[in-house]
Amino acid sequence: MTEIQSLEKRFQDRIDNEERIEPRDWMPEKYRKTLIRQISQHAHSEIVGMLPEGNWITRAPNLRRKLGLIAKVQDEAGHGLYLYSACETLGISRDEVLDQLHTGKAKYSSIFNYPTLTWADIGAIGWLVDGAAILNQVPICRCSYGPYARAMVRVCKEESFHQRQGYEIMLALANGTPEQKEMAQDALNRWWWPSLMMFGPSDSESTHSAQSMAWKIKRFSNDELRQRMVDMTKPQADILGLTIPDPDLKWNDEKGMHDFGEIDWGEFWAVVKGDGPCNKERLAARVKAHEDGQWVRDAAVAYSEKQEARKAATDTTQVA
Amino acid sequence: MQNWPLYEVFIRSKNGLSHKHVGSLHAADADMAITNARDVYTRRKEGVSIWVVESKDIKASNPEDSEALFDPAEDKVYRHPTFYDLPDALEHM
Ligand SMILES: [Fe+2]
Ligand SMILES: [Fe+2]
Repeated sequence: MTEIQSLEKRFQDRIDNEERIEPRDWMPEKYRKTLIRQISQHAHSEIVGMLPEGNWITRAPNLRRKLGLIAKVQDEAGHGLYLYSACETLGISRDEVLDQLHTGKAKYSSIFNYPTLTWADIGAIGWLVDGAAILNQVPICRCSYGPYARAMVRVCKEESFHQRQGYEIMLALANGTPEQKEMAQDALNRWWWPSLMMFGPSDSESTHSAQSMAWKIKRFSNDELRQRMVDMTKPQADILGLTIPDPDLKWNDEKGMHDFGEIDWGEFWAVVKGDGPCNKERLAARVKAHEDGQWVRDAAVAYSEKQEARKAATDTTQVA
Repeated sequence: MQNWPLYEVFIRSKNGLSHKHVGSLHAADADMAITNARDVYTRRKEGVSIWVVESKDIKASNPEDSEALFDPAEDKVYRHPTFYDLPDALEHM
């Protein structure tokens, strides 16, 4: 066994023993790269995810809804920050990670490339998109990489409010006027399939899955989590009195789970590759926000340098 | 973020408990790091006190030294109360 092989074996043994890997521990280069890719994509999704919802803050129907939505969007900013700092522990700088997003080299969750056309979309996002995010994120609380797992514990604690505020919006609309109910149904129609796509390609197509499972970065397959999403959401839609837009969706007594229709994978790959309804708009908004904020970052540095210089000056006077 | 150093953030969740590491963030200086830490890590009253330390000022032990550092404690079972054989009838000890 070469030295690298024996290091790799020791590493895998630690993972198999459910030990956590910490930033300064030895790790295979591919493990590091995989985590940088996954954690930064996750962080970018939190950040870009603020855009479709931020779109409705000024138009929330009342103060209660506005407070809830602002708090949710602020949480998503926090999630992005926890994740960026977890990512940096792997030896990549914040600037580099942000660059990858702004140049389009890094991906973020495709779901945020769909538009928010009505207020009901805010309800549907909280209910379905945050619902799917919770299913994806809970197992990551046990991820083998310590900083990612710890960030995820914080994130998961906060997500439940997001989903509940979304469902409450849907509930109010579904029990409102016929027009409001129709608006809720329309939002469900548009967000259902993209939400199922959030779990990624089907297991047979998923390229990184097997290695990520072996490294315990991932605990359940894409299809397993997607099935859970369907089983969990169907009864929730029934309570709203809304219909999930899938004629093939029905309970399968034998399997003890729902059968459901095929995802439009053509649409999935098109949006991943940049041809979704809002890909260009989202990236442009993110780049603009970053560039518009440059003077603030410069001012903060200038201020801290001035404080530093003033402090140094007083210290010298005291010595003299 | 250029020139914005990285700070490690420690939060005391309530008086009587120690400060605990919660994560890190970038800030132009320590005061800003505290304000940012308030927004990023204590949006739901998770803390009553915040410490920030510039990450570069932390000296960490090397995982490769962990045998030398921590193994010596392994064979010192006599440091634990259960090492000592005492009669079952004995109480309050
Ligand atoms: Fe989030
Ligand atoms: Fe969320």
